[in-house]
Amino acid sequence: MALKFPIFMDSHSTTPVDPRVLEAMIPYFTEKFGHPGSRNHPFGWEAEAAADKAREQVARLISARDPKEVVFTSGGTEAINLAIKGVAEMYREKGTHIVTTAIEQRAGLDVCKRLERQGYQATYLPVGPDGLVDVEEVRKAITDKTILISVMFANNEIGTIQPIAEIGKLAKEKGIIFHTDATQAVGKIPVDVEAMGIDLLSTTAHMIYGPKGVGALYVRRKNPRVRIAPMIDGGGHERGMRSGTVPVPLVVGFGKAADICGAVMAEEGARLRALRDKLQDKILSSLDEAYLNGHPEKRLPHNLNISFAYVEGESVLMGLNKEAALASGSACTSATLEPSYVIAALGVGAELAHSSIRFGLHRFTTEEEVEYVGDRTVQVVTRLREMSPLYELAKEGVDIKSIQWKAS
Amino acid sequence: MAYSDKVIDHYNNPRNVGSFSKEIPGVGTGLVGAPECGDVMKLQIKVNLDTGLIEDAKFKTFGCGSAIASSSLATEWLKGKSVEEAAKIKNTDIVNELKLPPVKIHCSVLAEDAIKAALADYRGKWGKKEAAAGVTAS
Repeated sequence: MALKFPIFMDSHSTTPVDPRVLEAMIPYFTEKFGHPGSRNHPFGWEAEAAADKAREQVARLISARDPKEVVFTSGGTEAINLAIKGVAEMYREKGTHIVTTAIEQRAGLDVCKRLERQGYQATYLPVGPDGLVDVEEVRKAITDKTILISVMFANNEIGTIQPIAEIGKLAKEKGIIFHTDATQAVGKIPVDVEAMGIDLLSTTAHMIYGPKGVGALYVRRKNPRVRIAPMIDGGGHERGMRSGTVPVPLVVGFGKAADICGAVMAEEGARLRALRDKLQDKILSSLDEAYLNGHPEKRLPHNLNISFAYVEGESVLMGLNKEAALASGSACTSATLEPSYVIAALGVGAELAHSSIRFGLHRFTTEEEVEYVGDRTVQVVTRLREMSPLYELAKEGVDIKSIQWKAS
Repeated sequence: MAYSDKVIDHYNNPRNVGSFSKEIPGVGTGLVGAPECGDVMKLQIKVNLDTGLIEDAKFKTFGCGSAIASSSLATEWLKGKSVEEAAKIKNTDIVNELKLPPVKIHCSVLAEDAIKAALADYRGKWGKKEAAAGVTAS
């Protein structure tokens, strides 16, 4: 089959809507347009039934005991905000300390920073060179004021999967609420809120081939019953935790997407892992000083993150611009003009953060695409190294760290 | 962010990529930026010690497409200029020529710094010989 350009390989940012998902959504824009809160006519009943079915589908994907534990939100960011702020406000009397990690998504970090300005305390745990959080570090960080542990399930840049079940067990033992941002993990790898001791879990539809604009927060109802203060007041929808009309077409799409993911996860994960390994082998065997970022095994099957020493990430993306859509941890590609704090947290040095490229495979990625992107990446990096003064210095045997650089 | 056609052209077809041996008479080298900031430029000029004119220029850059384009353009502009004229190249000239957006202005600043550093290195190393040949290097 002929390749179609540009090739999308940025599935940690979003995924395309699966055609089956779109098909399920369409009737709910037009003939089935009712408000699920309308209790007195068939339009409302129909909409409520659709939302309930979707709630069950999402609950099943994360092995929640009760669909009522699923609270629909506008997406992952809102779910994370609601989880952390909701717990902070609800349990303020009990304590004001949160344990989290340095590599959370911006939503998680920024919420904690805001809470710090409001008198809370947060501990941002470091990660090892492989991106893993040490459960013992979590244990040591807990104080008698700790009300929440918030650790992401899998990282959005390096794909590293955290020891969630162990942290869940620790949280139970200490009687502390445990939230995980699982936006990258849900639908891709098994997630079980019961077996893993998760009390709150954030997820989003558009990372699992569903629509943008809808996500969910799982809120445990039993052992323990978790309570959160709402952020949006209004009609008391979503059991009072998130007022606002439930966007039925989006929610239906989310449910269908969850359903499909549950059915194909094992097979899809194995296929993507094989393709990812092929891409990784091709690149690492063709180039010197290309380093895998993150844990080699405890990693999302569709994730690959490599730093190419001596070349800057944005220039690599520019070389592939018309052919492939990838992401980089380079400062030039971030809104903040700072290099990736995730790669920097691995302790590899800022220059390798600037040089990192993230590949994200997905349901529709083909073997031909993987081969093409692998070959082109090697070519582009090779060309850029030929014009890199750092590569030249390194080949001359100069230790780049020994040079007194003057930043402008 | 979309790149201007000129940035794309310089990125795809960079002019004057390469290095001169620092021992060649008349060669001045500027190395500016820092790896941890994501930008390093090496810019070299080769001045004809008889005429005082820059007869060749080369660069190597670690950086984004705009940084590569800024240094590539700088080498193009340097060729044929006297040392005095070269010192007058401003980063704003590069911004205008390449239509760099505000977030990329630092790339042009770095290119200007690289030019200045190469000129200073040239003066330090070869200025006296040039003066002896009857050309002032200031």
